[in-house]
Amino acid sequence: MSSEYLIEVEDLKQYFPIKTGFFKTTPLKAVDGVSFNIKPGETLGLVGESGCGKTTVGRTLLRLYEPTSGTVKFDGNEITAKNMAEYRKNMQMVFQDPYSSLNPRMTVEDIIGEPLDVHKMYSNKNERREKILGLMELVGLNAEHATRYAHEFSGGQRQRIGIARALAVKPQFIVCDEAVSALDVSIQAQVINMFEDLQEKLGVAYLFIAHDLLVVRHISSRIAVMYLGKVVEIGDADEVYEHPIHPYTESLLSAVPIPDPIQAKQSQRIVLSGDVPSPMNMPTGCAFRTRCRFATDKCAEVCPTLTDKGGGHMVACHNR
Amino acid sequence: MSEEYILQVKDLHTSFFTESGEVKAVNGVNFNLAPGKILGIVGESGSGKSVTAYSIMQILASTGRIVSGEVLYRGEDITKYDKKQMKNFRGKCCSIIFQDPMTSLNPVFTIGNQLMEAILLHTDKNKQQAKERAIEMLELVGVNEPQKRIKQYPHELSGGMRQRVMIAMALACEPDILIADEPTTALDVTIQAQILELMQELQKKLGMAIIMVTHDLGVIADMCDEIIVMYGGRVCERGTAEDIFYRPGHEYTKGLLRSVPKADGSKERLVPIAGTPINLLNMPKGCAFCTRCDEAMKICLTEVPPQVQMPDGHFASCWLAFKKLKDGTLEEGRS
Repeated sequence: MSSEYLIEVEDLKQYFPIKTGFFKTTPLKAVDGVSFNIKPGETLGLVGESGCGKTTVGRTLLRLYEPTSGTVKFDGNEITAKNMAEYRKNMQMVFQDPYSSLNPRMTVEDIIGEPLDVHKMYSNKNERREKILGLMELVGLNAEHATRYAHEFSGGQRQRIGIARALAVKPQFIVCDEAVSALDVSIQAQVINMFEDLQEKLGVAYLFIAHDLLVVRHISSRIAVMYLGKVVEIGDADEVYEHPIHPYTESLLSAVPIPDPIQAKQSQRIVLSGDVPSPMNMPTGCAFRTRCRFATDKCAEVCPTLTDKGGGHMVACHNR
Repeated sequence: MSEEYILQVKDLHTSFFTESGEVKAVNGVNFNLAPGKILGIVGESGSGKSVTAYSIMQILASTGRIVSGEVLYRGEDITKYDKKQMKNFRGKCCSIIFQDPMTSLNPVFTIGNQLMEAILLHTDKNKQQAKERAIEMLELVGVNEPQKRIKQYPHELSGGMRQRVMIAMALACEPDILIADEPTTALDVTIQAQILELMQELQKKLGMAIIMVTHDLGVIADMCDEIIVMYGGRVCERGTAEDIFYRPGHEYTKGLLRSVPKADGSKERLVPIAGTPINLLNMPKGCAFCTRCDEAMKICLTEVPPQVQMPDGHFASCWLAFKKLKDGTLEEGRS
């Protein structure tokens, strides 16, 4: 191991060109200078509202998009488009929608076996089958399910197939992009427990992207909060939840509906006014200033950078 | 008003007749709604919560039909209404807002046009007055620059704004009942907080009753006067928020509460409910939940559980609760 961190992301930028006129294109800054690290076997939660760029971060990490600028290092080595095939073995993804992320014309065996085929990870057919059955057992599917098609399964079971597929190549890092959002609460709990068990057993690290803040807190050791393409706060999960510093994090957390009547009645909501500005037309300076209670003139001029407020709790705000 | 309840649902059965057989989506649902109260219906997908709401409004898909039961609005059975009476009922007496504000507004008409449609249909206002009313409604739900907005099309508004327009539309004719079917599921948490706050505020101001259909236990916890928990088309449990959250009587409710992460951030392992949601085409004979219940007894498999009144007065339909009450000295009446 050449580095303390498994994943190092530095100043990652992902701009999408949007046609705004006949000859004119304007960049949409989906991710605008994001940096973070993930240790081996750790879970980093990534939260934020829709359109803040959290999914784009996950996809750019795996080079599903070619980043505009910035670097991603895996185990100390920089990943480029050229050597991606070798890193795909170590970095996998679980998608949000278990209905559209599985090929309806493939059997479960083929879905889980495909990454094994691609990376030629078996010497004969028996070994392939054994590996597939082992993976199915790992995620709690029966061996008899192997010859069935994806449509024959419920949402929770499909998500298990997607997870087995991601685990097939024995990755050290998995991006879980809203992996439990489409599931009912009782099933969601099953899948969350499975993620935790797998981490304990196999030592995989997760980037857990979700909008459900209670779920993210439950599963993550550290949390990064994004707003309009930037990380505004990052730190230890409990620290961020108990003592949020950035005004956006504060209001985001206070808006979470609490499944407990007495606590819910006691909690004070900080309701944000207005909507998220369009990423095509970002405010100058701090992106959050248009909805911020504490905004000053400085916020409109200078974009705040992440600074350590103690114990690795990093916040990007002028006023806190 | 002489009646105590504005809406009473009595033994409602709604089925969908599909090629693979009859799907009993709602299977004997009872509840009462008092004027100006908020009733929450929670359940997972396929529990029949939305179908219950659609049955009240009679906007079921073409294969669906109310098989039996009564829906009494101010004492009158609206399941016997003809088309014209129903048209009058919808919008004027009872309105509904849907989950997805993106698809429930018509993209080819302006916001103003869609708002005025309901007003022109149900009141004898002329166009100018209807327009004024539309602007007034948009102001009420907190849409900025309503004069400008009524000329805009739905795609020009954000999700939260569209949901506000939906609420304005639903409330334009001052209905007594507002049914909200997952009104905030498609929205971000900060926008969700805005919409929930708005609904509570409007409820206080206008005094209508709300039926809140949702899968999110957090949403109903601080909003509802009464909560119904549904599973497999039946009501498992009915009581106040405190009853449901602190003294659940039904095994399904208990399981549901154990499977959501706690707000205090404890990393305690979640206790999921085993198995998968039931297939409505192949319902168990007894309690709908018996195949996933850890405490299932023999009787649960064969007979539908009775509604039991718990010591604190709320109701649970569970054989175990029934047995526990019987074994203990507490003799509670069956209803």
